[in-house]
Amino acid sequence: MREFIDGAEAIARGALAAGCNFFAGYPITPATPILLHMLRELPKVGGVGIQAEDEIASLGFCIGAAMAGAKVMTATSGPGISLYSENIGLGIMGEVPLVIVDCQRLGPATGGATTVGQGDVQFIRWGTSGGFPIIALCPTNVLECYSLTVRAFNLAERFRCPVFLATDKEVVSTLTSVNLDDYQAEPVVERRLAPPDGDFVPYRVPRLEDVPPMSPFGGPHLVRFTTSTHDERGFLTKDPAKVDRLNRHLAEKIEAHRDEIELVRLDPQEGAKTLVVSYGITARSMQEAVALARQRGQKVSALTVYSLWPLPERALRQAMIGLKRVVVAELNLGQYRLEIERLAGLLDGPRPEVVGVHRVDGELIAPQEILERI
Amino acid sequence: MTESSSSNPQITTYRDLNQAKYPFCPGCGHSLVLDKLNAALVRLQLDPRQVVIVTDIGCSGLSDQYFHTNAFHGLHGRSVTYATGLKLANPELKVIVIMGDGGCGIGGHHLLNAARRNVGMTVVVCNNFNYGMTGGEHSVTTPHGAKTSSTRGGNLERPMDICASVAVNGASFVARATAFDHDLPDLLARAIAHEGFALLDIWELCTAYFVPNNDFSKSALLGTLESLQLRTGVLQTTDYPEYSRAYRQTYQGAEEQGSGGARELGSGGAREHPGTSAPPHLRTSALLPTLYPHRLTAPLRLVIAGAAGQKIKSTASLLGVGGVLSGLWVTQRDDYPVTIMSGHSVAEVILSPEEIFYTGIPKPDAMLLLAPEGLKVVQRQLAALAAQDTVYVHTALLPLETPAQVVPLDFARAAGVDRRSLAAAAIAAFLRHTNVYPLEALKEAIRRTQRPQIAAENLAAVEASAGLL
Repeated sequence: MREFIDGAEAIARGALAAGCNFFAGYPITPATPILLHMLRELPKVGGVGIQAEDEIASLGFCIGAAMAGAKVMTATSGPGISLYSENIGLGIMGEVPLVIVDCQRLGPATGGATTVGQGDVQFIRWGTSGGFPIIALCPTNVLECYSLTVRAFNLAERFRCPVFLATDKEVVSTLTSVNLDDYQAEPVVERRLAPPDGDFVPYRVPRLEDVPPMSPFGGPHLVRFTTSTHDERGFLTKDPAKVDRLNRHLAEKIEAHRDEIELVRLDPQEGAKTLVVSYGITARSMQEAVALARQRGQKVSALTVYSLWPLPERALRQAMIGLKRVVVAELNLGQYRLEIERLAGLLDGPRPEVVGVHRVDGELIAPQEILERI
Repeated sequence: MTESSSSNPQITTYRDLNQAKYPFCPGCGHSLVLDKLNAALVRLQLDPRQVVIVTDIGCSGLSDQYFHTNAFHGLHGRSVTYATGLKLANPELKVIVIMGDGGCGIGGHHLLNAARRNVGMTVVVCNNFNYGMTGGEHSVTTPHGAKTSSTRGGNLERPMDICASVAVNGASFVARATAFDHDLPDLLARAIAHEGFALLDIWELCTAYFVPNNDFSKSALLGTLESLQLRTGVLQTTDYPEYSRAYRQTYQGAEEQGSGGARELGSGGAREHPGTSAPPHLRTSALLPTLYPHRLTAPLRLVIAGAAGQKIKSTASLLGVGGVLSGLWVTQRDDYPVTIMSGHSVAEVILSPEEIFYTGIPKPDAMLLLAPEGLKVVQRQLAALAAQDTVYVHTALLPLETPAQVVPLDFARAAGVDRRSLAAAAIAAFLRHTNVYPLEALKEAIRRTQRPQIAAENLAAVEASAGLL
């Protein structure tokens, strides 16, 4: 049995499958269909969906609801991420599990509301003050919209932080035929709650890389949550030792567990000296380009990046060893290529040349354009 | 409300006794307000675990640390949004927001909307007419003419009436007071006990800045109230339903579920959704079995270009669903202006015997041209056509300069086909001409996905399409 659906609906289904029971959003092309799906479906499962007065409130509602025990998601596009910025910081500082869908569109500011882009890649990485790690996943098709949304929720619970699903106008709005049997998702990770008895210290972690268990507002404990630099009890502090420990913890809980987060798909070819790297909608052009290249006898490998952040360094470095050429295809002027160039520069021995295939005219990169650079 | 039962020992203070001393300046109104808030809480005897004090930024943002309740210290001006999220997720919570006049400025939008929605929370505004934490700059409530560090020559702006602003937007409990009022604990208790959105605008002194900069005092504060003709006490109450409960009643069917929905949300999202590894728990689109054969051996890339109102998008979906019913892989990209009811509407459909990766169509195999608006935006694709390609074109758009084979569609010869069903007739004509898949599959797509009346119109158009070719 099959169906004909778009990525927006698959994201909504993935969220519900992951146990999402709260959604707040503000209408924006091309993310609005996710808002509408969630507003329609959440009440059916005892959840709450609401349209907020703006994007700042959308994420504010989500953060409040998450700390009251909900599994939360919001969806927007680049201009909305701009307004999310300060609350992304709060989500990092307060250690809030939440999923943010960015349906990327073209250009800065209002840009091209109905045209595709992948220009938020570095923006979501560094999208708030302070400079701390975030997690971002990137689906290439409808099935992955579903499975990676579930994974985004799981990572958010595992690491108590904002997790982006970085998608784009084409992936969320292109209708696609899908085999129902092909839907896959990992088991749902439930929130790790503090034992109901005894003292609850909201931000106590034995080791820097540990993730503190939660207790919802209105639950068995008194809970303190704060946007400010705090001690383990959630009180403001300027004690350098405590401040240092907090900030290193916020980075280390992700950095120390990169193996659990990093996700790529390598399609290697024996003897290939060229590798194509891509992500999101552009990875589909890469798949077609690589198939065409192999048909005409060229040897080429392909790597699809699913976890944009943290950068899947180990897999990328491994895949680049001994290569002559790495082609990076993306709908921006080289934001991810910069990362690949940095990694290539760290390789021992001969380093591959890194070339980009970029478009910022609102059109997709055609397989032929990638083929020309292979 | 969650009051502790009479058998429990009386709670004598909600202050955190480990944080006995407030950090505020001598004479600061915040200390008075917090003591009176504590008195109100003692009066109400709420379970501290059900009380969340949400603070904003500024000196009053430090307040939550001095209470033995839950605490949420958030970003400047956004306290009301966190309070909204808390309340929506768990309507049992008593949410008390403490913010300054600065927060009312930067977060005024949220304040108005929370009032308008009537989300259950108590907003306690510590209004001391300036930014006490950053150096005494003017705020939205600084009186006209007042001197602050940012209005050295006197404030040119008129002060915002916080109470009137939320009241006119439907706040269900609005009161104004001064920090000196002896009945402030009563007023605070009433506001907290109120089910919906309650706001208390409490005027007070900033002894660090506003007092020295303006020779301000308690009597000057009272004089300002008088000169602005502002009343104190309860200014407005309404019995609008509280939002989080209204939501559950209207959307979740509280008759069946009671407050269970709230507890499910409060329990960390443990509610089980059926079918976590497969999607059918959310059947909103049609299930499509393979019922028909197709005749494609390679992908067919089709561009349908028309105008708003011609139902290009939904009709292209019918073509897609028919393709899926015929065992094909299908993608459909749409392009239209943001003002969807005017201008062009273009759908790009790929029908393929194999999985489709790249969904763009720089060079189509066939085009359906149905309106001048669409024709205008597909010029590059039209120019890319070659002799083996086909253009199906509304006769009104002829002549057309192209090396491709041109198939005119003469809608004058298709009885009963109007603007609303023109695209369906055109697609049916395309299928008749190409035999990509049987016409019956398109009819089945119409029957499976469209409401009966629209389906009837489109089925009639499919029949009438015989006359087009």
